[in-house]
Amino acid sequence: MSGRKIGEVILDLKNISLSFGGVKALQDISFDVREHEVRAIIGPNGAGKSSMLNVINGVYRPQQGEIILRGEHFANMNSYKAAKAGLARTFQNIALFKGMSVLDNIMTGRNLKMKANMLLQAFWLGPAQREELEHRLKVEEIIDFLEIQHIRKTPVGRLPYGLQKRVDLARALAMEPQILLLDEPMAGMNVEEKQDMCRFILDVNDQFGTTVVLIEHDMGVVMDISDRVVVLDYGKKIGDGTPDEVRANPDVISAYLGASH
Amino acid sequence: MFYRENGQFKTSYKADQQIFPIPQDRWVILAIVVFAFVGIPLLVDEYLFRAILIPFLILSLAALGVNILVGYCGQITLGAGAFMAVGAYASYNFLIRVSGMPALAAILLGGLTAAAVGIVFGAPSLRVRGLYLAVATLAAQFFWDWAFLRIKWFTNDSSSGSVSVADIELFGWTISTPTDKYLFCLGILVLFSLMAKNLVRGSIGRQWMAIRDMDVAATVIGIRPMYAKLSAFAVSSFYVGVAGALWGMVHLGSWEPAAFSIDRSFQLLFMVIIGGMGAIAGSFFGAAFIVILPIFLNQMLPLVGSLFGLEVSIALVSHVEIMVFGALIVFFLIVEPHGIARLWSTGREKLRLWPFPH
Amino acid sequence: MSFFLETLLGGLMSGMLYSLVALGFVLIYKASGVFNFAQGAMVLFAALSMARFSEWIPEWLGMDNLFVANVLAFVVSIVVMFAVAWLVERLVLRHLVNQEAATLLMATLGIAYFLDGVGQAIFGSDIYKIDVGMPKEPVMVLESVFDGGILINKEDFVAAFISAMLVLALTIFFQKTATGRALRAVADDHQAAQSIGIPLDRIWVIVWCVAGITALVAGVIWGSKLGAQFSLSTVALRALPVVILGGLTSVPGAILGGLIIGVGEKLSEVYLGHYVGGGIEIWFAYMLALVFLLFRPQGLFGEKIIDRV
Repeated sequence: MSGRKIGEVILDLKNISLSFGGVKALQDISFDVREHEVRAIIGPNGAGKSSMLNVINGVYRPQQGEIILRGEHFANMNSYKAAKAGLARTFQNIALFKGMSVLDNIMTGRNLKMKANMLLQAFWLGPAQREELEHRLKVEEIIDFLEIQHIRKTPVGRLPYGLQKRVDLARALAMEPQILLLDEPMAGMNVEEKQDMCRFILDVNDQFGTTVVLIEHDMGVVMDISDRVVVLDYGKKIGDGTPDEVRANPDVISAYLGASH
Repeated sequence: MFYRENGQFKTSYKADQQIFPIPQDRWVILAIVVFAFVGIPLLVDEYLFRAILIPFLILSLAALGVNILVGYCGQITLGAGAFMAVGAYASYNFLIRVSGMPALAAILLGGLTAAAVGIVFGAPSLRVRGLYLAVATLAAQFFWDWAFLRIKWFTNDSSSGSVSVADIELFGWTISTPTDKYLFCLGILVLFSLMAKNLVRGSIGRQWMAIRDMDVAATVIGIRPMYAKLSAFAVSSFYVGVAGALWGMVHLGSWEPAAFSIDRSFQLLFMVIIGGMGAIAGSFFGAAFIVILPIFLNQMLPLVGSLFGLEVSIALVSHVEIMVFGALIVFFLIVEPHGIARLWSTGREKLRLWPFPH
Repeated sequence: MSFFLETLLGGLMSGMLYSLVALGFVLIYKASGVFNFAQGAMVLFAALSMARFSEWIPEWLGMDNLFVANVLAFVVSIVVMFAVAWLVERLVLRHLVNQEAATLLMATLGIAYFLDGVGQAIFGSDIYKIDVGMPKEPVMVLESVFDGGILINKEDFVAAFISAMLVLALTIFFQKTATGRALRAVADDHQAAQSIGIPLDRIWVIVWCVAGITALVAGVIWGSKLGAQFSLSTVALRALPVVILGGLTSVPGAILGGLIIGVGEKLSEVYLGHYVGGGIEIWFAYMLALVFLLFRPQGLFGEKIIDRV
């Protein structure tokens, strides 16, 4: 990987426990994410990976534990705070706004940065119009970057699966996040689409310096692109380290690699 | 000139972001607006103004408001009639209680009052949706029905319960003839439609639609559901309230609470469903449809009946009317949930490719 | 004291009718996740059908026996309500499977309008009598307990008895018959029920039929008291807060909620109404429902998991 430099710890998760009723989805999980790195979370189905992401960006509130983001403690994380703090994410089952065009979907990602009040917007006055144009320019950069120019006016509901995933990523990138959470960005894709997606993820990481936390099932992909990997199984952390370390970890082999291969 | 997009290239995003990016559309809309302002007053008689055009304009405005809430923000309302009533009675009270209050200001203040009330009754939308929200809006309907009937202060202690206003004045222009009323309502509708279009194509509109389409994803992007939903309730109620004020003070002149009953609420919802949820033009289609259909049936059914030697009573016509409404609601929900507006735009897309559809 | 009790009883009686309508809501909601706004229109439709057929049948058959006419009219009305149920499933619900709850709600609003229109077009739009031989005379009871006793209608007691029988019959139907078990399975989990071979479309027809019968019973009771007339259609709106209060998925909730709202309306009107100009029964139930929506959206007896944001 190119000249990016992995920095200090940017996101630190401490003793996270989450349960739904009696089901313990996450038990006492701690790990950290360093600036500019690609951090993967792996584990068998039902290991708690998606729950982990949902805790990080405040969709679920853990019963225990804390989230430290750039040194700031978040006892009660919620989605809004997370978004403000520079966290963006994509979804496992694409969660695009199906009634809107690709362009509008991505523009929603700029929402937090748009300040014009409702009255200015209603009359489309100077500041509102200028703002809309400015952000359109930024969004067009992302559209170019992800090579989806040809579909910008298409309603997302009409797009094939692979392109929807790309729009989902585009919307997250429009937030110009410091940390990008990706929930199985390559699930259900063919080889070619996976290669494209890998390239995009690495480019994002490389060009914008965005820290990436991703969940992925395809072990080949995970081992190729991530700097460090954390392994979950039945809500517990069973391994943490570089891809090579994880690959050599006997617990991981028996719980995950052993089981699925 | 063919209706074509080909060969028309946008060289700036500004040009691409116009309301009607295709020049032909722009010209057609402009022509319609000019015709509405200049042509129609020359051609149309008083009956048509009173029975069709003025109700159409005001109900279009109300439907726009309902569409913002139901079509764009995905929240259901069965209480739009109540917000029309709030707008009407509030502007009435501003007009008669504040000396020197200009009529236009009273109407806008009526709308703002409705917006505030809308926020209060929209608050349950933060916790509940669907049927539960429908109940909350029905609560508004029944409460305000009652309040304007029973609380005499609202009706300035009028003994009959009905209120009336003199012809209103706007910068020295007395709005008294049907033509005046028509032009005044048309002006407001054009302005408000433009504002609505601007809102839904801008940042706030995207927030509403995001909440409508996938609320979890919307919050993850940093959209606050509270702000998005309550702003939709406020803007929607503002529109509906202004429409109510116009309905009372301009169209009717004197009115009773029954003018804004629950039937009105249902009617407004039907306009949006039939016209097209989530489309500005849908509000106009829906209003036109609902204003014209009863008149059409009134003319047609007796004719059809006489062909078969049957006498069609007025009561039967009104029963057929609600039957047709009911059937059309179901039909549109099943076949084309985006209503007439979508049929229209599909037709236009076909025209764009005509005569070579592939 | 006796005035209070009379008010209370009056409230219980109107509450019982709310309960019957609310029961119709709950049955359909549990089985299909549809909130049936047309339940009130079904009550009107059934009442009109009952009133008019009991008038027409003697004319057609040239006989003069009120009892036979009523029985025949009741049977015909049941057939009519079954036909309505079948058509609703065929023409509407079938095409809206997996749609959002709000869409289904609006669709039933359309059905309500359609039924109102058709019902009045066929049966007429005047006020029609339903005379099923309910005793009309009032009686004084408890004269020994209170000074002057309390005045009640025998009719109300017959009505209460009939409603209780209906609820009992429904309970037996749901608990003891195979169809009833299938209905409960569907209510619990659509997909699981379907996967063990329960045909959803047939279940929906059945449940709409059952709702049709409750509508008919409500229509007959109400119609014999006040006449079959258009205002019956609005009873759905009066009964809506009942299900919010009782919980949309709970049969006991519907019954109890109906009684609470019925009593609450009457008592609040009598004891609070004059402070604010009267007529508060129109919105009393809704304000109560609003409070529940904010603090306990699942109602008194509903399941915890509800459509929350």
